[in-house]
Amino acid sequence: MINLHSRWMDLRRLDELAANDTEIHRLNPCTKIVTTAIFLIVVASFSKYELISLFPLFLYPLTLMNRAALPFSVIAKRVFATMPFVLFIGIFNPLLDHTPGFQVGPFLISNGWISFFSILLRFILAVTSALILVATTGMDKIGSALLRMHVPKMFVIQLMFMYRYLYVLLDELSRTLLAYSLRSFNETGLPFRVWGPMLGQLLLRTIDRAQRIYQAMLCRGFSGEVRLLRYNALAKKDIAYCLGWSAFFLAARIYNIPQWLGALLIGRY
Amino acid sequence: MSHHIIEIKDIEYMYPDKTKALDGLSLRILHGEAVAIVGANGAGKSTLLSHLIGVLIPSSGTVRIGDYPLNKETLTHIRRSVGMVFQNSDDQLFMPTVFDDVAFGPLNMGLPPEEATQRALDALKTVDAVHLKDRPPYKLSGGQKRSVAIASVLSMLPDILVMDEPSAGLDPYCRRQLITLLQSFKHTKIIATHDLDLVIDLCERTVVLSNGKIIADGPTLQIFNDDVLLQKGRLEKPLRMQGCPICKPAIR
Ligand SMILES: Nc1ncnc2c1ncn2[C@@H]1O[C@H](COP(=O)(O)OP(=O)(O)O)[C@@H](O)[C@H]1O
Ligand SMILES: [Mg+2]
Repeated sequence: MINLHSRWMDLRRLDELAANDTEIHRLNPCTKIVTTAIFLIVVASFSKYELISLFPLFLYPLTLMNRAALPFSVIAKRVFATMPFVLFIGIFNPLLDHTPGFQVGPFLISNGWISFFSILLRFILAVTSALILVATTGMDKIGSALLRMHVPKMFVIQLMFMYRYLYVLLDELSRTLLAYSLRSFNETGLPFRVWGPMLGQLLLRTIDRAQRIYQAMLCRGFSGEVRLLRYNALAKKDIAYCLGWSAFFLAARIYNIPQWLGALLIGRY
Repeated sequence: MSHHIIEIKDIEYMYPDKTKALDGLSLRILHGEAVAIVGANGAGKSTLLSHLIGVLIPSSGTVRIGDYPLNKETLTHIRRSVGMVFQNSDDQLFMPTVFDDVAFGPLNMGLPPEEATQRALDALKTVDAVHLKDRPPYKLSGGQKRSVAIASVLSMLPDILVMDEPSAGLDPYCRRQLITLLQSFKHTKIIATHDLDLVIDLCERTVVLSNGKIIADGPTLQIFNDDVLLQKGRLEKPLRMQGCPICKPAIR
């Protein structure tokens, strides 16, 4: 339980990575947001039973991680942490859908399993690309870019505060758990009976702290505007970046690249 | 220069849970003065400071900062001239890097980025923390956090500095550095603290709070020499003013 604190510190790695300076970091934030959005739309538009044709899309996150010098483990850990959700969403497919999909050797893979893995892959792609966006851009720049793109201010401020208070919540959580574990000796895990009071405490403390932080921001002139020191103007390379990736996403969507490559290798063309 | 006078008249404040934290309190602080607000835990020091920057609005009574009464319209203006260093630096430092944090105020004041950058650098230089500028604030030591928190307020060039327990949690060396730093400031200073030795170094005037009321207001040394008063305020004579029990043991 005590190591929750270190995990919380680790959470902030994304912000630290966002302060790096690589060619990907230097791109205009709007470009990166739009490209990520197009990527998400393309990923979501694949049909339920599409599996193999999703693989080429991994080129996008892998290239970015490489060019932006993002440690693979940092992203992978976070994607892994969201896995329970996708398991929960997708696990009913194999149970409900037994129609035969395709044959691998002696095994018949049902459509249920195919759609399960398809959901899994699409989920990984989506979460990875979103994490990369944050880790190469930073939440404050994303906020200011959204404002520039005429996303309503209310919505942007909500988003920024949610992100900031997530840390506050986790911070309070780690302290509460630490205090508890130091005074409860032979217990493993958190017994059910303390959940109620602890959650209540946690909520109150988080609200309190969130309010103090908000006050501190007000005292330094915060008025809902997200102002930045560095603003990267839209350059030719931004447009090239966005168009280039979009073209690739569309190609991956329209053509089944793995099948095509396979055919090319075997020489059936 | 009349425009930096702080004038508090008969303010009362009750927290939503009906705790009366300030009870008919009046105070006038002149330009360039350094005033210590002392008193037991829960005496109302933090609550009083919160009123100086409009974080709390009195239930009754008025607060005037310079030529303006503190209200919704003047709040933005007043927050530019009053810089508040919070009790807990973690609440004050919320940006991903130290530099962004120190530049946050100037940017919000609408300064162009180059000027905000310069202001932030100057402020960091003043507190001797330029080398920390690219670090994330939550990874700094307590003393470093305090320095950066002070820089984040200095970068807005306030006329009045308000500090809540600035020396709490600092080791002796950091505390001494802080005192030297604060001594070099020409601002009007209002410092809430339990550290009475720090008060001797920094503030010529002391206000003693007890249960939301001012029970004494006068020259620091005179107040610290009044044993009855100190006891009433649940305070203890600063160590420097006590006879040393080791060098000169009291005769029993
Ligand atoms: N958020 C709050 N809600 C209710 N009561 C509070 C709150 N903050 C402080 N108080 C109460 O107000 C009084 C003054 O507190 P405070 O100004 O924090 O004292 P000090 O800073 O001198 O220790 C105390 O009795 C305290 O319990
Ligand atoms: Mg206090």
